Amino acid sequence: MTETSVPNARGDQFVDFLTRVAASKDRAAFASLFDHFAPRVKSFMMRKGSNPEQAEDLVQETMIAVWSKAAMFSTEKGSVSTWIFTIARNLRIDKLRRERSQLYTDLEDFDAPDLSTGAEEALGRSQEDNQVSLALAQIPAEQRDLLILSFVEDVPQSEIALRLGIPLGTVKSRMRLGYQRLRKLLETMN
Amino acid sequence: MNISHHLDDATLLAFAAGTVGEAHGILVASHLAMCPTCRNALRKAEGLGGGILESQAGQAVSDVCRAATLASLDAVIAPKETYKPKSDLPLALARIMGDVNLADIHWHKRAPGVSVFDVPLSKGSKTKLKLVKLGKGRTMPEHGHGGEELTLILKGSYHDKMGRFSPGDVADLDAEIEHQPIVDSDEDCICVIAFETRAIYKTILAKLVQPFVGI
Repeated sequence: MTETSVPNARGDQFVDFLTRVAASKDRAAFASLFDHFAPRVKSFMMRKGSNPEQAEDLVQETMIAVWSKAAMFSTEKGSVSTWIFTIARNLRIDKLRRERSQLYTDLEDFDAPDLSTGAEEALGRSQEDNQVSLALAQIPAEQRDLLILSFVEDVPQSEIALRLGIPLGTVKSRMRLGYQRLRKLLETMN
Repeated sequence: MNISHHLDDATLLAFAAGTVGEAHGILVASHLAMCPTCRNALRKAEGLGGGILESQAGQAVSDVCRAATLASLDAVIAPKETYKPKSDLPLALARIMGDVNLADIHWHKRAPGVSVFDVPLSKGSKTKLKLVKLGKGRTMPEHGHGGEELTLILKGSYHDKMGRFSPGDVADLDAEIEHQPIVDSDEDCICVIAFETRAIYKTILAKLVQPFVGI
């Protein structure tokens, strides 16, 4: 078994679990999803500044939403991890009241985007989730750090600029470059 | 709708990560509602979030949390209904402005051919959202600052050195870029602008020098 075939199989397995939750309220399948994703959501929330209790509240809310919205998941919208990421993000936004999570949930009702075409666009497809961390490790640190600050620590770009003492335009161009590089790397991995 | 100016990757990443301010979030969501290209790009940016989530070394979740989650599944209520705007504004704007139509906005005149409307946001928001209506040949009032700024065209058109901007187009420019848009449509040009209030320091002197700014 090659290294890349493992995450593929795992991503497909998550889709299978979720499909069973949607189709027949399969509790065993849900428990498997919980055991994989709950610890990740918890650590994600803690890195964003939640204490362990708050993080577990968000874990519970996220996983309950996974249960109730399972039928809304579609592989055309991306991987299970990506879908759960968006649920967790929206719930955290609600908790912070910083902005409106409706902005995101309203958009769910639009056409499913086309992620299937072209091997060049691996990001968002179900197979490559584990490869994202491998690819992240390969981009320059100054670019990786900005993507991590943004996605993991919730720091807005203008605040990153202030923190690092660099112009906002530099923050943006580093993020763009890092993101482009990442996508290139993911292409070659697939 | 033929959209030729799209959101920058950096903006899509910030929106995907959930780190954009309130005004910018509404503007980005408004553009996304009109632009399949950017919706597609957003899903990819969210894919990075999914990959990062997947790559987290997990924190052990307590048995209490696990048991409580599993026990509450039966009581879960069905998800919300979908929201359908009853106005000609893009979805996110329609929702926050209470389904008002573009023609019914209560404009505040700031100068000949220049009207604005402040979109109400939450208390303590660090961002501002303004609708601006400009007559033909008018230039966008200067509101120079170094923060994050986004402009979305709702009606009419303008041009500047970046090109022509028509309904649905978004000007997502780095602060370093100086530009002076001029309205070139026969009808008024209406756009929505999101910016950071922190950047509106500019002092009283600047306000005196640019009396009609207001934006």
